[in-house]
Amino acid sequence: MFRNQYDTDVTTWSPAGRLFQVEYAMEAVKQGSAAIGLRSKTHVVLACVNKANSELSSHQKKIFHVADHIGVAIAGLTADGRVLSRYMRSECINYNYTYDSPLPVGRLVVQLADKAQVCTQRSWKRPYGVGLLVGGLDESGAHLYYNCPSGNYFEYQAFAIGSRSQAAKTYLERRFESFKDSSRDDLIKDALIATRETLQGEKLRSSICTIAVVGAGEPFHILDQDTVQKLIDAFEIVAEEDVPAAESGGADDQSAALEEGAPADQGAAPDEGVAPMDI
Amino acid sequence: MSSVELNQPKNSLSEIQRTQYPYVTGTSVVALKYKDGILMASDMGASYGSTLRYKSVERIKPIGKHSLLGATGELSDFQELLRYLDELILYDNMWDDGNSLGPKEVHNYLTRIMYNRRNKFNPLWNSLILGGVKNGQKYLGTVNMIGVHYEDDHVATGFGNHLARPILREEWHKDLSFEDGVKILEKCMRVLLYRDRSAVNKLQIAKITEEGVTISQPYALKTFWGFNAFQNPTAAAEGSW
Repeated sequence: MFRNQYDTDVTTWSPAGRLFQVEYAMEAVKQGSAAIGLRSKTHVVLACVNKANSELSSHQKKIFHVADHIGVAIAGLTADGRVLSRYMRSECINYNYTYDSPLPVGRLVVQLADKAQVCTQRSWKRPYGVGLLVGGLDESGAHLYYNCPSGNYFEYQAFAIGSRSQAAKTYLERRFESFKDSSRDDLIKDALIATRETLQGEKLRSSICTIAVVGAGEPFHILDQDTVQKLIDAFEIVAEEDVPAAESGGADDQSAALEEGAPADQGAAPDEGVAPMDI
Repeated sequence: MSSVELNQPKNSLSEIQRTQYPYVTGTSVVALKYKDGILMASDMGASYGSTLRYKSVERIKPIGKHSLLGATGELSDFQELLRYLDELILYDNMWDDGNSLGPKEVHNYLTRIMYNRRNKFNPLWNSLILGGVKNGQKYLGTVNMIGVHYEDDHVATGFGNHLARPILREEWHKDLSFEDGVKILEKCMRVLLYRDRSAVNKLQIAKITEEGVTISQPYALKTFWGFNAFQNPTAAAEGSW
């Protein structure tokens, strides 16, 4: 039954000043498999963990090409992510048609955030259940943004979202200061290590992750599986030498991947101090 | 269906008033790239039909920080375009995010407007020249009332296409100094003044560089009307009149 009388509709405030439906939507982002983004002055790398919904199915696509200068990695409801990616593509194409130049990344992100915000203020809508890491290159350099179902957006040097993203964040927080001057290949390497941090024990393989790059002189593209495997093989040796064993922090919640599209009864860890989930 | 209904179209498209011909028009604009940016020249006359009705009309305007627009043709349509562009630049500035539209973007935007209006059979009756500099890149292009557009090192509209472009092709080079650029433009404008009946001897020259836009005060060119060719203009074209 209802544990909370303020959580049935997006537009109703709780006396504590919270919008529970919006927070639930943000919870959906935490449930999706991890997505990671990091950038240097000239490049942005997006990475994600691919988890198949069942033994019999393939995994869902989590990184999308928006335009030659923009790509996006998502965590949460993939279906919502697809809709938003399509919107972003269309905005980029329209801008390009009108001005014959690429849409500045920051502007696209504001438009996207405004779209998400509207859903938090209309009784007949629901917030998007997806977090987007938007990476792109424009006149002012490389950018990485996180876009959240609440309509908030933030610019980051490096960020991770999705399940067990805390481990990746811990890794990125330790290293981000050097990212600014990183080479493209070092960024990819850091992306792979950060991805591995979210795996908890499972071996990092090219079949369970996707890496995408955009940068100066390099249009947004997803690296093919062979390339990724070669990179993993190349750095895994190094990793044993100078990277300490996987961090313990943040790796202790349920290890079975709570996938997007997973049955609702697999809800989040109940002890997180967030709004109650079982309705 | 009765014939009355057929004769009275109801849809709004058929009832709108379209521009069928221009009323008050300005004549040629000439522009070229030079060492540091773009130079553009136009006279200040405006004709009502073939009557030289106005003699102090500015036909070159700055657009935002990086662009300069010159117009030939219907002046009211030019003023409408300036309203569109003011709004465009305003909204662009309102993002306040460090990005701004450069000459290439404005030129493409104009192209879309012109072509869109001609597709509605309601063109903006102008030939436009857009020049500018952004991030060290010089840009010079043109659009006309049916949406034809191109970039070049030197461009001209209207009569200028016939009278100024040949001079520019002859004398233009990419390292032109400001002084030499102005000299060439004045040569073009003088030829236009002699041979284009809708030109007046009051002109402005505008400059745009990385530093910004400067538009000169209006001034007149020295002229000499005693050439033999002017005494008997049909001598070289026997049988044409």
